[in-house]
Amino acid sequence: MTALPFLLLILATLAGYLLNRMAAGAIRANGARLHSMISYHGMFAALMVLVPVLTMILLWLVFEGPIIDRMVMSGLPDGVLDGRGTGAVQLVLAEIKSISRGQIFGTPEDWKIAAAHNYAALRTQSDWWMIAVVAAVSLAIIGFARSRVTAEFRARQGVERIVSGLMIFCSTVAVFTTVGIIVSLSYETLRFLDRVPLSEFLFGTNWEPQIPLREDQIAAEGAFGWLPVILGTMVITVVALFVAIPVGLLSAIYLNEFAPRKLRAVIKPVLEILAGVPTVVYGFFAVLVVAPAIRDLGQSIGIDVAPNTALAAGGVMGIMLVPFISSFADDALSAVPSSLRDAALGLGSTRAEMMTTVLFPAAIPGIVGGVLLAVSRAIGETMIVVMAAGLIAKMTINPLDSVTTVTVQIVTLLIGDTSFDNPKTLAAFALGMMLFLVTLMINVFALRIVRKYREAYD
Amino acid sequence: MTDITSASGAPNPKRTTLLVAASLKRRRRKQARLKWIGLGAIGVAFLMLIILVGSLVSSGWQAFTQTHVTLEVYVDPAEVPLDRLPRGGFDDVLGASLGKMLPEADMSKRAVAKSVERILSNGAQFKLRDMVVADPKLIGQTLTMTVPVSDPFDQLNKNLIDRNTPEQHRRVKDPEIGYFDAIKAQGAISKPFNWALFTNADSRFPELAGLKGALAGTFWALLTCFVISFPLGIGAAIYLEEFAPKNKLSDFIEVNINNLAAVPSVVFGLLALAVFIGWFGLPRSAPFVGGLTLALMTMPTIIIATRAALKAVPPSIREAALGLGASKQQVVFQHVLPLAMPGVMTGTIIGLAQALGETAPLLLIGMNAFITSAASSPFDSATALPTQIFIWADSPERGFVSRTSAAILILLGFLVAMNAVAIYLRQKFENKW
Repeated sequence: MTALPFLLLILATLAGYLLNRMAAGAIRANGARLHSMISYHGMFAALMVLVPVLTMILLWLVFEGPIIDRMVMSGLPDGVLDGRGTGAVQLVLAEIKSISRGQIFGTPEDWKIAAAHNYAALRTQSDWWMIAVVAAVSLAIIGFARSRVTAEFRARQGVERIVSGLMIFCSTVAVFTTVGIIVSLSYETLRFLDRVPLSEFLFGTNWEPQIPLREDQIAAEGAFGWLPVILGTMVITVVALFVAIPVGLLSAIYLNEFAPRKLRAVIKPVLEILAGVPTVVYGFFAVLVVAPAIRDLGQSIGIDVAPNTALAAGGVMGIMLVPFISSFADDALSAVPSSLRDAALGLGSTRAEMMTTVLFPAAIPGIVGGVLLAVSRAIGETMIVVMAAGLIAKMTINPLDSVTTVTVQIVTLLIGDTSFDNPKTLAAFALGMMLFLVTLMINVFALRIVRKYREAYD
Repeated sequence: MTDITSASGAPNPKRTTLLVAASLKRRRRKQARLKWIGLGAIGVAFLMLIILVGSLVSSGWQAFTQTHVTLEVYVDPAEVPLDRLPRGGFDDVLGASLGKMLPEADMSKRAVAKSVERILSNGAQFKLRDMVVADPKLIGQTLTMTVPVSDPFDQLNKNLIDRNTPEQHRRVKDPEIGYFDAIKAQGAISKPFNWALFTNADSRFPELAGLKGALAGTFWALLTCFVISFPLGIGAAIYLEEFAPKNKLSDFIEVNINNLAAVPSVVFGLLALAVFIGWFGLPRSAPFVGGLTLALMTMPTIIIATRAALKAVPPSIREAALGLGASKQQVVFQHVLPLAMPGVMTGTIIGLAQALGETAPLLLIGMNAFITSAASSPFDSATALPTQIFIWADSPERGFVSRTSAAILILLGFLVAMNAVAIYLRQKFENKW
């Protein structure tokens, strides 16, 4: 059923194209000189149909569901929804939908069956209406486009205007995405702050997002102070940088100055492989190999190591960041003007001295920018820590302990069925907001450093 | 100045040479040290890669075979009456057939019968049931079947269970090992290639679990991602590179795209959860929503690659076309874009390869559900390859460890293949101007 409007659209587009093309061809055959080529006349009609009707179908499909849901729910007899929470209301809706699909479990109440009939009827109505509207609008546009075909009609300009509009739309999608991120995160965060005061969220040292499932259940009220979570994130980030910075920088120095050209051609792509491995693979690697290795090592020297230490998660994350840092540092070193290099070598310094006293210091701003980008990566990295780090938020900076991170909490709070009306779910969005803000600030700052420094040497 | 000159005198060139020569050895040593430390750092990175791949291969290769047992099944009409189909005691039928191969096992004892039945996978009875339902004439006949054994015995056959560990720490008990060895001695145990890994969907039983559902989900998600991000990305890149006026708005869009490329993937998941599922009411766990989310993440990559490819087309091409009277759009769409296409395709494939490995956003939109059938449309519930890896990695059964590694090897195989295609395209079609 949903395929039918699209089929109609394709047919209408083709029809518009052919009609206008033939009309223009007929004018040309009569000896008149056309302003635009006949294919542009066809394209004009095709785009005139395609763009608005496709937009219409997509909007219809997006809004049809929620509108029908609302109509069905408001058509229910009075009182049946009294005393049900949003989650329960969703369940009723899901039940009505499954009844309308013919999947009946047990004996539903009569009003549910009636609502299911209502739902099915509304769906069919909506489908037919859509087909009718698509057909009518397409025909109207084809007619309009056909009426424009004259020898003087500037079809090419018309087509180019439409194409140009489409391209502008494409480039604003990125802006819409950013706006979407900000609006959705802010909206849910504000709802979270209705329930939990901002001061508690920002300065609380307790993160226990459990909430009682039933009214009479004895459970913690839930504490939403994000400090232990961000502290855990920082512990893991620092561990990762302890691995990534030395290895990354030293390999960049070697690649940039000492590696023979052939060796460099081999090493660079292999390092790229490390960067291309999906993070879920690193996570499994941390759980399967690194964490047991660290635990065995700790036991053999008599230290008590948690099963999911920050060390394992951070160390593996460090490996992931090595190619990132090394390629940034390599670029930064290459961007230093060769006059500095040549001058240092000309004064008789060895290549190592030239590297450590001239090239490296000159490249430091770019390297710092790269390291900052790596930090923002480490903070936002999800799968490694979800699989290898802990779940309990602790105020500790001991890397052998188990800590949790912002991303781990977001994922664990949202995995499984979620409804948008409890502080637990909303807390994930608040954490997401903080994560977005922190990484955005670091990124903007880092990109500014990198750019400024590049300009300085250009 | 004169003071200094008079104090130190004219530098003695011979002395300077000596001084430098004396320190040169030390300085050269320092250089060698830096060089070796650098090489060592690269060595560490390589070593990690080798350990990573090595550990995955060593634990994953076993999952590419699966132990099967071939047995003569007598479909006992007493256990499987025709009128009760599709219900019936298929597990007992299979257990009895296996018991016939084990004269020493006293099948009349419940405990013995249970532990003999434990050798067979839970899927065996469903296989038999499907065969009998499809052809009820089989009731009362004897047929030869090859069915998978259950996970503990699969591990035993692959020597992953140490027979020397004390019995209480082992998942298979001594008599069970005896039964298994007896069957093996009769030559009924085989270890063929594990096609089920590709033809089965997920299952709670490791020996039956496969990747079909995950592969289908990934296919639909990547298809959606491509269909959305490819035109949008190219359109945006062409506009920004060729048509956009140099003003604040264009700068703003550009900064936006660059920042979007660095937003953590889990934030895209939150966006998808709040907007696509929460506000638009799209179905949870659907590859379509996953593809939509991945498209937003892939778009910056495609835009950046396309712009680089467009930039690389020399201005002479544009000028020649413009000089012959083509309009600006004709120049771009008929000349520049076709020449830039290899670069665009390379960027797109690399973007899709990144999307293939993305896990976190898919987890948030619920593509980590337990689903035992393959999605047949992008709106069905499904898992994806990386989320399936995540699910299996979390499963407590031992058998899932090697399946997880195998799934990772398959994922890495796809990534290598995609990147190889990208590199091939770049080298084959790259224009040297």
